[in-house]
Amino acid sequence: MPRVTFNGVDVEVEAGSNLIDAAEAAGHEIPHYCYHPGLSVAGNCRMCLVEIKALSEKQDKPLPKLQIACNTVVQDGMIAESNNDRVAEAGRSVLEFLLINHPIDCPICDQAGECKLQEYYMEYGGYESRVDLDEKVLKAKATPIGPDVMLDQERCILCTRCVRFLDEVTGTHELTINERGDHSVLSLTEGAVLDNPYATNVVDICPVGALTSREFRFQSRVWYLSSKDTICPGCATGCSIEVHSRGSEIFRVKPRNNPEVNGYWICDHGRRVPSLLQGGERLSAHLKREQGRFLTRPVRTAVQYAASLLKDAGPVAVIVSPELSQEEAELLKQVAGLLGSEGCLVFRCEKPAFDDDELLISSDRFPNQQGLEVLGMRSADGPPVDCSLAIVAGCDPAGAGPQWADWLEGLDGLLVLDSHKTETAAYADCLLATATHFESGGTFINKDGLRQSFEAAISPPGDAVEGRLVLGWLVEELGSAAGDSAPPTALESQLAGA
Amino acid sequence: MTESAYPERVLLHYLDQESDLCDIENYVADGGYATARRVLDEMAPVEVIDTVKESGLRGRGGAGFPTGMKWGFVARDTGKPVYLLCNADESEPGTFKDRLLIENDPHQLIEGMILSAYAIGSEKAFIYVRGEFRKGYDILCRAVEAAEARGFLGEKIFGTEHTVGIVVHLGAGAYICGEETGLIESLEGKRAHPRIKPPFPAVQGLFGCPTIVNNVETLACVRHVMEKGPAWFKGIGPEKSPGPKLFCVSGHVNKPGVFELPMGTSLRELIEVHAGGVTNGRALKAVIPGGSSVPILRADEVDLAMDFDSVAAAGSMLGSAGVIVMDEDTDMVATLRTIAHFYHHESCGQCTPCREGTGWLETILLRLESGEGTEADIETLYSVAGGMMGTTICALSDAAAMPVRSFLDKFRDDFLGSLAAVQG
Repeated sequence: MPRVTFNGVDVEVEAGSNLIDAAEAAGHEIPHYCYHPGLSVAGNCRMCLVEIKALSEKQDKPLPKLQIACNTVVQDGMIAESNNDRVAEAGRSVLEFLLINHPIDCPICDQAGECKLQEYYMEYGGYESRVDLDEKVLKAKATPIGPDVMLDQERCILCTRCVRFLDEVTGTHELTINERGDHSVLSLTEGAVLDNPYATNVVDICPVGALTSREFRFQSRVWYLSSKDTICPGCATGCSIEVHSRGSEIFRVKPRNNPEVNGYWICDHGRRVPSLLQGGERLSAHLKREQGRFLTRPVRTAVQYAASLLKDAGPVAVIVSPELSQEEAELLKQVAGLLGSEGCLVFRCEKPAFDDDELLISSDRFPNQQGLEVLGMRSADGPPVDCSLAIVAGCDPAGAGPQWADWLEGLDGLLVLDSHKTETAAYADCLLATATHFESGGTFINKDGLRQSFEAAISPPGDAVEGRLVLGWLVEELGSAAGDSAPPTALESQLAGA
Repeated sequence: MTESAYPERVLLHYLDQESDLCDIENYVADGGYATARRVLDEMAPVEVIDTVKESGLRGRGGAGFPTGMKWGFVARDTGKPVYLLCNADESEPGTFKDRLLIENDPHQLIEGMILSAYAIGSEKAFIYVRGEFRKGYDILCRAVEAAEARGFLGEKIFGTEHTVGIVVHLGAGAYICGEETGLIESLEGKRAHPRIKPPFPAVQGLFGCPTIVNNVETLACVRHVMEKGPAWFKGIGPEKSPGPKLFCVSGHVNKPGVFELPMGTSLRELIEVHAGGVTNGRALKAVIPGGSSVPILRADEVDLAMDFDSVAAAGSMLGSAGVIVMDEDTDMVATLRTIAHFYHHESCGQCTPCREGTGWLETILLRLESGEGTEADIETLYSVAGGMMGTTICALSDAAAMPVRSFLDKFRDDFLGSLAAVQG
């Protein structure tokens, strides 16, 4: 691996990487706008100019001109510097150029707080303005360019990240730069609408407030949001994401770089999952049916009731959703074992179909089908026969047709674990309110067999608890009642501590 | 002041010829294409490169890079075709030499291109003609057709096994298309946004293939280097910057025009003898020696040899040898504003400093020109230009900034005299 010296710090970097990434490895930020590691190098913003003291071991003379770090591939023995007056002056100058025609409408700009113009001005600019407001070139503001994205041409710094994304990643070419010089504008190509399943990625990669999300605009200032890392549950791809929330409300989803799965991108279906999953009628209390009415019970009491309902009362069917985490599925398998059931059956709810594409979208709309298969679970072809009792976890077979509804009706006892009031819940004798994916930690195994863990992004409502916790207690109840199985103390103590 | 001795015009030979050299019959009767035929028969491509290296020919487009050395950079054995591009997008204000060569002696260029293409191993060459050169484009198209009909272009040219084809392409009229990688992008059908280098065109140029871009005059010179030999070429003008050179003289002179003279001819001789001196007997105030983008010279700096190295030593550039002469009554603020307007209009808008800086320069200069400027404006002008130099992908930003710095360095009093405070 080549060794480079950046601002006096020796660092070993991956061959073929550029100076921006090498500097980052050495603990230095080289400010940049147009460079994005997931796109080709454009070299147009000129913010990453650095001084090259030596190109390599052999070419050890300083280069006369400052060089853009994004297009400088590291070589063994390279010496580069960004912490000197010449580079500082170049950076200050580029910022001043970027801002002379910028509207500086930060108070009404959605990007404020996560804007690279603001950040770099504070860090590298800090000069007094030398232009009058009436000297600025005026361009179009707040123009919808598709169902999800709003364009403000005045705020655009013409870095072409979005143009390159649509050329190189999706190949859909909706955006281009028109006109030239300081009248250059980011525009839709003739007849185009920015409406592809990956469109909102352009909002993420826009370093300024030129491209904003029509859904997120004006919903919250970004500094009120907290960010948690998790995995998208929208399909079997399992993209790495960040969930941005305030209190218990999720405001947006952003991609999180994962070279093994999704790179820097996610699809727009994935961004809509939180509103689908967090919406609807939530279950926020644990319920026990008594004389036809549901009564609220504390969670441990409800779990004890569930255990008494199922234990030694007849053959039990366990129906599970491939949206459950691996931890939940493993505990359900344990429950099935303790109840002498034949095993868990996988029930896949109806969902709008997706086609597989070459990028990220999988036609398997469930995040953990692979995980359930690893546990040896097979699909429920129809309602299981010869069962008088059932556990239904995370899915809604009652909605799948009268044969399932009839089957549920005829059961002697039904335990339902769900985050929402489903049709199936109406047949339950005991309802345990569980957390949604975004309120839970756990593991998914994606379509390629990759095991990925995640943490809870927000808290569940009311008394609802994570499925793995409530199932752990159920295993404990069933185990101690039988007296032949030790409770999963390790898991419980881990969760209790969390 | 006397005229330096110059034996014969070669590049502008058409002026000394009664017949129309656009007609291939006349060109051939005048000895045309004999050099190409002989070289393709007798010499290996590497020998042609060596001959051009030996001649000391330096690119006539502006940068003055040694042509033979440039050819030597072509990536070999890549399995890809090699392309030769003739840059006929002559757009630098004050420059109009290539247009004469194209319109009056197109076969001289084509013969030079056949020789150059043969040298670099290119079977396909393009002439990228400036959008406004409609007449030249038509002449070139007819000339290429005539050369094809004679078997001088196409397959098995001159009865050899070699192939050289030429495509004439008319641009749409943008200054930036004259920048070699902007030209390549434009030829590929894209916006003429100059490319970041590396990779250089010799490695990855047109359609990703090794490409050489040469100026019209350079390619015309190749024809004469190969005909008369490197020693002849090297014998004209200074040793490190030799050969015949076309100088375009415009502005306040009695006889504006294109003059073929030895490289190194004095700027004073050019103005006073060849261009007939400053009009109306006025005194000289300033000269831009190499097209509007190069630093301006004062009247007391014109005892200067017009070759790449001497002009550079004087703090300017020979550039395209577009000599713009200004008399004592010239309004320097208005002149600079006109230049700034041009670069503002022509900036492609790709790089931040150029896109934003060119407009800012013009805005400030308009204020100064209208007598509303302040001393702070002059300082801002100077520092804005400073931020535009050496910080962009191509040289357009420098081209816009250099005149500003040099006008302010050399004619600061003119700018101070334009200020609101002075104008009252």
